[in-house]
Amino acid sequence: MFKYFEPSKIFSITSKAPKYVLFLFIVILSIGLTEALILSPEDYKQSHSVRIMYVHVPAAWISLGIFSAITFLSIVGYIFKIRNFFLIAKSLAPSGLVFNIIALVTGSIWGKPTWGTWWAWDARITSMLILVLFYIMYLIAWRIFEDNDKVFKVTSVITILGIINVPIIKYSVDWWNTLHQPASINILSKSSIHISMLFPLLTMTAAFALFSLLIFLMKYNTELIKIKNKGLDRL
Amino acid sequence: MIENLFFMNGYGLYVWSAFSFTLLSFLTLFLIIKIQYNKEKNKFIAKFGSLDTERAAFAKSQSINKEILSNISNI
Repeated sequence: MFKYFEPSKIFSITSKAPKYVLFLFIVILSIGLTEALILSPEDYKQSHSVRIMYVHVPAAWISLGIFSAITFLSIVGYIFKIRNFFLIAKSLAPSGLVFNIIALVTGSIWGKPTWGTWWAWDARITSMLILVLFYIMYLIAWRIFEDNDKVFKVTSVITILGIINVPIIKYSVDWWNTLHQPASINILSKSSIHISMLFPLLTMTAAFALFSLLIFLMKYNTELIKIKNKGLDRL
Repeated sequence: MIENLFFMNGYGLYVWSAFSFTLLSFLTLFLIIKIQYNKEKNKFIAKFGSLDTERAAFAKSQSINKEILSNISNI
């Protein structure tokens, strides 16, 4: 079993996987887009603007999920000195940042016809903006610090500070009186969203998750080759 | 039907902007990561090619280098 954790074994899997993931992503995205733009019904209150939810919500979910995963990997990697965990976390960050930006921009586009404004300093929106700043700080730290020990320490501190913001994002709509609507989907209790809207939402979420997996695999391979390039310099 | 798909009761501009921004972001990120990957891959191939026979044999004895040379993906 442990032989699968050898860098050569990992690379042999991660270098072959992207083309299959890309194919699957295109298939699922096509189904999701057809559902979201054509087949799903319009909302009785929001009319067709509700369709923006099919890109906004999955993007927000995945950006939060990726930041939580980065934090977990950084903490465990730092405690147990597992360098590979930092490499995985670093490879996840670009797609997390892009999904966070997508969530903010599409939320802003949705806000204009719904609230009458592109932006509001609402608790949910502001806390999502803060998460973008943490993603940027995390990625900049990898560029600034050359020394591995220092970059592992700094990125771990950034993620620990940033993770405090994640429950604030999640519960901001319950804790404060916000413009942003409360969650329509709840894992523990009955969701208020109709199945005709839930299906495209879940399909788009699956497509977005596949895209982040694709970017992760490509970035991870790049990082592995980068390390090997340094190794060749030392020969 | 087609007209409704484009205009969506006046919400078309917002809906299409949101979807276009999302897909454009995907494409941009994909291209950036692909360019970075190709750059590192080409650097690796060039460095490997510049090694003398003895060093190249040693480098090739490491399984990860062998994997990189044989498994470089086209994506």
